[in-house]
Amino acid sequence: MNWTTDDTWIALTGALCALACSLPGCFLVLRKMSMMGDAISHAVLPGLAIAFLVTGDRASLPMFLGAAATGVLTAVFTQWITRFGNIDQGAAMGIVFTTLFALGLILIVQAADHVDLDPGCVLYGAIEFITFDTVRLGGWEIPRAAVVNGGALLLNLVVIATLYKELRLSSFDSGLADTLGFSSGLLHYLLMTLVAVTTVAAFESVGSIIVIAMMIVPPAAALLLTRRLLPMLLISSGIATASAVLGHWMALVLPPLIGFERTNTSGMMAFTAGLLFTLAWIFSPSEGLLKRYTAGAISESGSYPNP
Amino acid sequence: MPTLHDILSTVLLQSYNTRIVVLGTAMLGLASGITGAFLLLRKRSLMGDALSHATFPGIGIAFAVMVSAGGSGKDLLGLLTGATISGVLGVLCMLAIRNTTRLRDDVAMGFALSVFFGTGAAVYAMVQTKPGAAGLESFIYGKAASMVFSDVVMISVVGILVTGTALLLLKEFMLLCFDEDFAASTGWPVLRLDILLLVLVTAVTVTGLQAVGLILIIAFLIIPPTAARFWTNSLRRMLVLSGAIGAMSGWLGASVSALFANLPAGALIVLTAAAIFLFSMLFGSARGVILKLLDQAKLQRRIGRQHLLRAAYEILETMGQPVSNQPIPRQELLEHRSWSNAELSRLLSQARHEDHIEPGTGADTSLIHLSESGFGEASRITRNHRLWELYLITHAEIAPSHVDRDADLVEHILGAEMVRALEAELKPRPAIPSSPHRIPSRSSSSSAT
Amino acid sequence: MLHEHPPDCPLSVHDLTVAYQRKPVIWDVDLNIPEGKLVGIVGPNGAGKSTLLKACLDLIPKTSGWVNIYGEPYRANRHLVGYVPQRESVDWDFPVSALDVVAMGTYRRLGWFRPVGKAEKAVALEALEKVGIAHLAGRQISQLSGGQQQRVFLARALAQDAKVYFMDEPFAAVDAATEQAIVTLLQELRNSGRTCLVVHHDLATVAQYFDWLIFLNLRVVASGPTAEVFNDDNLRKTYGGKLSLLDHAAEAIRRS
Repeated sequence: MNWTTDDTWIALTGALCALACSLPGCFLVLRKMSMMGDAISHAVLPGLAIAFLVTGDRASLPMFLGAAATGVLTAVFTQWITRFGNIDQGAAMGIVFTTLFALGLILIVQAADHVDLDPGCVLYGAIEFITFDTVRLGGWEIPRAAVVNGGALLLNLVVIATLYKELRLSSFDSGLADTLGFSSGLLHYLLMTLVAVTTVAAFESVGSIIVIAMMIVPPAAALLLTRRLLPMLLISSGIATASAVLGHWMALVLPPLIGFERTNTSGMMAFTAGLLFTLAWIFSPSEGLLKRYTAGAISESGSYPNP
Repeated sequence: MPTLHDILSTVLLQSYNTRIVVLGTAMLGLASGITGAFLLLRKRSLMGDALSHATFPGIGIAFAVMVSAGGSGKDLLGLLTGATISGVLGVLCMLAIRNTTRLRDDVAMGFALSVFFGTGAAVYAMVQTKPGAAGLESFIYGKAASMVFSDVVMISVVGILVTGTALLLLKEFMLLCFDEDFAASTGWPVLRLDILLLVLVTAVTVTGLQAVGLILIIAFLIIPPTAARFWTNSLRRMLVLSGAIGAMSGWLGASVSALFANLPAGALIVLTAAAIFLFSMLFGSARGVILKLLDQAKLQRRIGRQHLLRAAYEILETMGQPVSNQPIPRQELLEHRSWSNAELSRLLSQARHEDHIEPGTGADTSLIHLSESGFGEASRITRNHRLWELYLITHAEIAPSHVDRDADLVEHILGAEMVRALEAELKPRPAIPSSPHRIPSRSSSSSAT
Repeated sequence: MLHEHPPDCPLSVHDLTVAYQRKPVIWDVDLNIPEGKLVGIVGPNGAGKSTLLKACLDLIPKTSGWVNIYGEPYRANRHLVGYVPQRESVDWDFPVSALDVVAMGTYRRLGWFRPVGKAEKAVALEALEKVGIAHLAGRQISQLSGGQQQRVFLARALAQDAKVYFMDEPFAAVDAATEQAIVTLLQELRNSGRTCLVVHHDLATVAQYFDWLIFLNLRVVASGPTAEVFNDDNLRKTYGGKLSLLDHAAEAIRRS
């Protein structure tokens, strides 16, 4: 293996992206909305298409704004359908994102005469190629993706740090938050905006696989290790960083070992996150499988309650 | 633009290609509508999403295995087997997380989705360097418009098997989805039923992925059952309707795409289903939004009417016994309850509309005169209210000071039957018992509500 | 040990411990419940009352110990058991009618594949009749009031035609009329030789409703005939320093 500066950048950008995603991801997991990242990453397609049709240009900013706006709309529509239709949130989410995605596909086909806006590239941004697209920042040649994801991370950090106690309260008990005067609706949409912006920033630069995985897997693993919010955020950040760095390392090391030339770095990062989750699942000192089986708490019935 | 003749010949399936696509998608819509209904009731609608992503690594691995075994690597059956195995593994992984940790369904599904999908991307990138790998993805993630006869046969076989199993196990699945604990306590193998249900979903998903593509199969599993739920409160009817909506979306959407050759059939079918969903959500006869709004408005009108007439009657009572119908100063009505001027005006104009007050008086006059029917209604309502108050005092040990508020809330759901029961219960009582608590007098402002 | 747990005993629990993760929720529970009693299970929030029921019904894994129903393990004698879960444990928006839910009580006898037929519907309707809401049989369950939903659950347990009933807070948030109806029903069940274990919250009525009490707070504080065990001492041991509750209970004792 030959680790180059490019590899450092890839690992670093992956880590920034993973961190940016895992922070709002913790709140999504606590609010039983973990599939939101996946939903938004599909649903932004019409936003991209409309932004392109309006401006006739593949410039980043309008596309970014279009996508982020559609992302927020996904959350809004989901909320409406859940409330007014009185149906399950997951179903509402599914209806919204499949419909928006289908709409996006049709718009893209309409636009296809003048552009190569391939839906495939929406799903597979490529972290391997980030070093080809750089910006100069203070005399440094920095990959644009690192800047974008760093920015998203910064935004998330600032918002979550400022509204920490409000977010914590509304994640655990939205009714109580309302009675105490924090509008949980407002917080909900703020969080959804964060999720949308992060998702779009990340998948545009490094691909949607990392986004979907890092919004769910590190927070879920952290939740197996602690029951408190601040430790959860910290552990989740640690797992996210480790998944990105180890993931890229594995992407370099693993394929030659099993007779292949190369692999997909984002995919390996998601895979690594899955491995780390599995470790937490088995070895969690408080509630790991090992602990459970040795404590004899699992009978052959195999079912275990979710208290 | 297509002509009427084109439209007819398409919708009536006169072209062979259209017939294939329409039949295939309609059949798939039927099967996924029925299995999706159980997913919806189990609150796992996004399972199709998770599953269809979870098939990804299996396809890559199956390809690699077949290539290294010397085959072409693109044998459909082999790839589908790979997809199914990996999908089932995803399901088992999800169930394992749900049953051995305190993480909930959505996290478990999200985990299976993202990790399997990521792994799939990694595997796919690895095998892509093998000969013949180009187009593997689009080969497996099909498009509805390119469906062929053998696809339709496969969809039909899987569809019939899945639908048949689901219907055969209707009562078991119903019990599983409604009350898992009760099912387990009476000895049903809950975990195995759960796995079986998800295996049915896997079968539909894998078949659908290959024939019509990822996004359509996800939509097919979610949208028809959700739309059906707005029309009925019976599970059986919901299943039938859900299957029918799925089939209809397939038929209409595929027909439209046959008319506009450059539009993707899958996306059009999703949009058709979404349009049916929107229509159902608005106009559904069991839980539709408009129906609910109408009910609410009706209830509000009824409550407003009752409050107004009862207030009028209580004022008339203070004006002298026996109670007779005479003009009431508007100001007194206003003071009797905590109405705003505008609210009272609205109630009065509603009352005049319902002929409860004399046509000469109303919203803008200073004296209100109940009509004969209004007076009768007012005494009836007041009587029901007092009956209820007395019932609560006698039977529910509720302190009289709290009664007024409780009665206000409950009397609106009192039917004629209940009133008869109360009358029998409270015999002998005067026709209109006097109020058990102090009725706000002319001078004091209202304390109620 | 066998002489301690007579075989005709509807429920005998020996050395039962249940732990979530590492924390024990109930600890070393030993119980012998005689036949034909109305048994109240009382204790503060988090005392493990529901856990005890669920462990008896094999719904959650036991860390140690065993539970026998009429001298056999639960699995062998499951047909003798009826269960009324907490009302909030299910989604009342589910698209089924009251009759459908009650008919679920007959599923075990029906077995695999066979659909609900006329006979089962008759059983279900009869059960609904007993709880006084046969006229609501066709109603979708979300259109029932809380008390009516609770009656539906009771009717389902009646349709199971069991000998031992486990009921998890059947009196929670029901109206006075329903509470009275449930009490009457429980007494009828007892008079026909059935045994009912009922998780109950209201100390004011506990002595009046039940003829056998289990005081539970992680472990069994006391278990026995109400007249013997319903006293200040056991209440204090069960509810600890929760003074307001104690006052409440003291008043209840004075009244009884």
